[in-house]
Formats: sequence, structure tokens, C-alpha cells
Amino acid sequence: MDTGTLERTYESDGPLVLGRTTLRSRLLVGTGKYASFEQMREALEVSGTDCVTVAVRRVNLDRSQGPSLLDFIDRSRYAILPNTAGCFDAPTAIRTAELARELLGTELVKLEVLGDPKTLLPDPLGTVEATRELVRQGFDVMVYCSDDPRLGVHLAELGAKSVMPAGSPIGSGQGVLNPNAIRILMELVQVPVIVDAGVGTASDVSAAMELGVAGVLLNTAIAGAREPLRMASAMRDACRAGRNAFLAGRIERKLYANASSPLDGVISARRS
Amino acid sequence: MQVEIRVNGLARSVERGSSVAALVRELGLRPELVAVERNGRIVRRAQHETTALEPGDELELVTMVGGG
Repeated sequence: MDTGTLERTYESDGPLVLGRTTLRSRLLVGTGKYASFEQMREALEVSGTDCVTVAVRRVNLDRSQGPSLLDFIDRSRYAILPNTAGCFDAPTAIRTAELARELLGTELVKLEVLGDPKTLLPDPLGTVEATRELVRQGFDVMVYCSDDPRLGVHLAELGAKSVMPAGSPIGSGQGVLNPNAIRILMELVQVPVIVDAGVGTASDVSAAMELGVAGVLLNTAIAGAREPLRMASAMRDACRAGRNAFLAGRIERKLYANASSPLDGVISARRS
Repeated sequence: MQVEIRVNGLARSVERGSSVAALVRELGLRPELVAVERNGRIVRRAQHETTALEPGDELELVTMVGGG
């Protein structure tokens, strides 16, 4: 067996299925805040992702139209996940999702209904309202939400294709603040749970994946790093490492030592 | 005759009866990169040529930008 075949055998993993979209990579990467479209394109490639998020915004009528973000995303390679970021009420988020569907011709949407501009925390009531309507309209709704497990249950029951709790506030880089809530949520819902927002560095991704979440969505952690391409590489490795560690099954935490080397057969101590 | 509409919150004069497609062209936009909402309802791309603008229309013209 050559090394490649061996690796494929011991790293076998199923795809991540989000409604009508099937992904191989479990890292979902945003397209915001890069220094240039070229840098973004390279970072996406290095990250190994096959699903990228984009935002819907008014066309700038004052400026002559330069290249578009979409000119730098190969749609045969990446699933595009439009978000409703910046929407602070359900009706605006619903209209934004409808515009995204019209523009991209796909039903996949990342729903965000935020509470206020300072915390950017998801508003649970607006999120529930918009989820209900977008599911009714036939969208594959991936819902950004708080890490309240009971809220996740309601969203899954409404037909969300993925429940995506924030690890910590958007862009805060604090990692997953309440892993226990994420673990309970995963026990309560059947749909994929994806940690969305809050990742600061590679170990945050690994730690999330080790909990058993289906994927991690991040943007600022790569785009805001001093070297975005190197960080994209770190995130790719961290996602894979965390996933494999979860599938491999970690040892239990114990209070006392448990020797790796046999205790029998050690040569006798000599008095000097 | 010119009529007043609003495009992305800004007042604008267009020829009465001109189409959504004509507006998109006039603004120098690539139609495949724009989605249009007129008075709160999506105008599908296939209907851009046949949808005439009326006085007081409120249009939202959006595109995709980077985001997470």
C-alpha cells in the first residue's frame, strides 16, 4: 500500500451535506477584509475550502464599476454561500436572501439577523421568524445563531439545514467560549452544527472540530492575520487535524499519570 | 418625459416607460452581477427588459461583495 492510499484509508470521512450542497472540506471561509481580490483568491485556494461566503450590498452608483468579487471566485470549484449580514430585522434579511437567490441562482443562504451593531449578537426572535419564512420559500437555510441549545432545536425543527452557533462574537477572535453548549446542541439536533464566528487562530478551529462539529466558518481570522496565506494554510491543517482527532476518539482525561513505557523490567537501582 | 424614481435611496430621473434593463445599462452595470428589487419585490433578470419604470418607483440594485 503506498502512502497516499494508506492516508486515504485512515483519514476516510464522509462529505458535509447542507441541503442540496455537498462539501468535502469542513472549513467554510469568508471573502471579506482581504487586502485585494487576488489575495482573497489565493487564501481561499490555500485554505482548501470549497464553500465561500459573500455579502449582498447595494451597487455603488458613484464609482465606475471595476472588477467584481465574483470575477475572482471560480463557481465550478466553490459553492457560494450568500449571507444576510448587516440585517437587523427579519424582513430585511428575507429580502436580502431573495436578492441573493436572484443574483446567484442558488437556494443556499446563511441567515443572519443581528440584534445591534455594537455586539453583532444574533437576535433570536428575528432569526426564528426569518428561518420560518425562508424555509417556506424553499431556501436551504444555514442559520447563524447564539449557542443556546434550545434555540438550535427550534431552528432545526423549523427546517434549517444547518445550525451555526457563534463560538464568540463576530470578529472577536475569542474562540469557542462555551464548548459545553455546543456539545449539548449537537446531542439535541440531527442537522450539521457548524461553528460560525469567533475563531482567532488555528487551535480554535481544532478545538471546535474536536468537539465533533460538522464544520467551522471563519473569515477575519485569515483575512486579518499578518500573513493571511500562511494563516489559511494553518486553518486548513487545523480543521483536518481537529476532525481526525474527533473521529479517532481522544483518550479520557485522568488526574494521575499512566506510564507509556512498561513498569516491569526496569533495571535495579544501585547504591553508590 | 422624465420621471423621478429612487435608486438605492438616491433620487434619479429616467425616461418615462424606460425599462429596468435600460437603467442597468445606463448605470454601466453588468446585468449578470446585479439583482433588482422594485418596490419591495424582486424583478427577475428575464423580466428586466419588459419591466417599465413608473414615477415614484423605489429600486434596490445589489451585487455581491466580500463578507463572512
